[in-house]
Amino acid sequence: MGRTLAEKVWDDHVVRRAEGEPDLLFIDLHLLHEVTSPQAFDGLRQNGRPVRRLDLTIATEDHNTPTIDIDKPIADPVSRAQLETLRKNCAEFGVRLHPLGDVEQGVVHVVGPQLGLTQPGMTVVCGDSHTSTHGAFGALAFGIGTSQVEHVLATQTLPLARPKTMAITVEGELPDGVTAKDLILAIIARIGTGGGQGYILEYRGSAIEKLSMEARMTICNMSIEAGARAGMIAPDETTFAYLEGRAHAPEGEDWDAAVAYWKTLRTDDDAEFDAEVVIDAAALSPFVTWGTNPGQGAPLSAHVPDPASYEDASERLAAEKALEYMGLEAGQPLRSINVDTVFVGSCTNGRIEDLRAAAAIVEGRKVADGVRMLVVPGSARVGLQAVSEGLDVVFKEAGAEWRHAGCSMCLGMNPDQLAPGERSASTSNRNFEGRQGKGGRTHLVSPQVAAATAVLGHLASPADLSDAETRTPAGV
Amino acid sequence: MEAFTTHTGRAVPLRRSNVDTDQIIPAHWLKKVTRDGFEDGLFEAWRKDAEFILNRPERQGASVLVAGPDFGTGSSREHAVWALQNYGFKTVISSRFADIFRGNSLKNGLLTVVLDQKTVEALQDLSEKDPQAEITVDLEAREVRAEGITASFELDENSRWRLLNGLDDISITLRNEGDIAAYEAKRPSYKPRTLPV
Ligand code: SF4
Repeated sequence: MGRTLAEKVWDDHVVRRAEGEPDLLFIDLHLLHEVTSPQAFDGLRQNGRPVRRLDLTIATEDHNTPTIDIDKPIADPVSRAQLETLRKNCAEFGVRLHPLGDVEQGVVHVVGPQLGLTQPGMTVVCGDSHTSTHGAFGALAFGIGTSQVEHVLATQTLPLARPKTMAITVEGELPDGVTAKDLILAIIARIGTGGGQGYILEYRGSAIEKLSMEARMTICNMSIEAGARAGMIAPDETTFAYLEGRAHAPEGEDWDAAVAYWKTLRTDDDAEFDAEVVIDAAALSPFVTWGTNPGQGAPLSAHVPDPASYEDASERLAAEKALEYMGLEAGQPLRSINVDTVFVGSCTNGRIEDLRAAAAIVEGRKVADGVRMLVVPGSARVGLQAVSEGLDVVFKEAGAEWRHAGCSMCLGMNPDQLAPGERSASTSNRNFEGRQGKGGRTHLVSPQVAAATAVLGHLASPADLSDAETRTPAGV
Repeated sequence: MEAFTTHTGRAVPLRRSNVDTDQIIPAHWLKKVTRDGFEDGLFEAWRKDAEFILNRPERQGASVLVAGPDFGTGSSREHAVWALQNYGFKTVISSRFADIFRGNSLKNGLLTVVLDQKTVEALQDLSEKDPQAEITVDLEAREVRAEGITASFELDENSRWRLLNGLDDISITLRNEGDIAAYEAKRPSYKPRTLPV
């Protein structure tokens, strides 16, 4: 019988397989950041162990880094201590680090792909659940805990039980204005936040094949929000074209050998998945969340659901609690929800394509009165690229704040937070209670919806702008 | 990880049930960036009371915690185990442990021993009557011994083997060094490296 993409990559990394034991898998790339690594380094130190493969390890600073005044000392002592500890650990053990201020600094899941370090058929791990992002390249990529971080540092392997596989087949054409973010939000609403539990998801079908690498990363990024271990997309010409010429992409004969291998990384026709979900791309429209988990979402044109409409008692209760926290009324049109803040950024939607999309919408328009729009590139390089294209000017002229790279308001570990009761439209991946600041209320949206929302002050799609808001002609 | 074969020490009888990990180590300690230095956070709230058993002079240097049922419930934080170890406990005896806490403790070399509630109370009585009384936890014989008390306990073979040999997950994996090296030797050259070779 044939094998799925996930099974092929898994099999190619088995260092040791023994009856009654989990497989021991080799790890091709280990990404580190300041939050989940300190105790792992401490464990190495206590046991007198070195990092086994410094050449497969790389660190950056993202969760705690400020997005303004990055040349000044970090005010919060806890954030400062975590960053300083990472710097000390990397220096002591010899790990390559891209600290705040470095051109390659940024959200770890933006940095890996942009350096060309994430490639098809690799195993990629990081002490962060959104490591699933890297699956967009046909890599097997998943988040790990701090003890596992130490395990990989010391051995470059992990003992793991093989998850099951689920195909998410998306056929047809996404309608105009419908993005990868809308698609993944719709998938999560469909299968639920626990629907992927125990599975590696493989996104496939004609709609997926047409997506850019950035869009594929957005999809794989949120696999974890469906409870999945990882998400993957088979590599193809789009993948190869993205990689070619990047700093760590293979060259010459190595490139040819790599591409020949990468082309074998497709699910065989006779392979069987443990589960399959089929989605019709043409039926989708811009999608937003109304609740406090990423599965509580609906098309923008819909209304806030009535908790009483849920058959399942626990879902009903969850919806009731969500509406209370979010300060929403059942039946209220989603478009009528006013926001205080718009956040464009994160490892879900902080790449150049996302910034371009948001900029194209706010260009010549103004952010609505009383709305704060924060644009945070996913990495310093994305920021530089945006500046070279003049996007920073577009955002600033529209009244948005243009910031330095980092996780920022995705989780509010740095000063970028919502105040209690404040409401945001956010291009990030989690709308949990208090995620963006204590008492903050989050609606997950695409960059396009975020931008339109910033202009109109309420949840909206670019299509709502056509007559409601006209652009100021250039030069006026 | 330090091997655990047999340990003899004085006890701290903690007559409380459902001691959760928040009580063992409060959340604000989780911001620390090391695995050691958690001893002052252990039972922090209770230790503000001078009469709390851990504060009593006759309990200084005790290394066996004899706890009430359902010890270690709540959050999965491994810090709870580190705090107990940093303080100097080598083993915890209770009639019931929360699953995740038990898993974390055995992973880190803190032996959690399950005895029936009557025996646990007998050990607590003994230690209260005579704070100098010693308790022996013998992993080889799977037995707890103290004056007038001998009780056997269960522990799965794999955990026992790992504790007796002081093997953490990493040392177990490193026993397959040959397999790892062989795998590394045949990795294709086109795979990326983060450092120049
Ligand atoms: S951007 Fe958000 S989701 Fe991504 S790594 Fe940072 S905190 Fe996690």
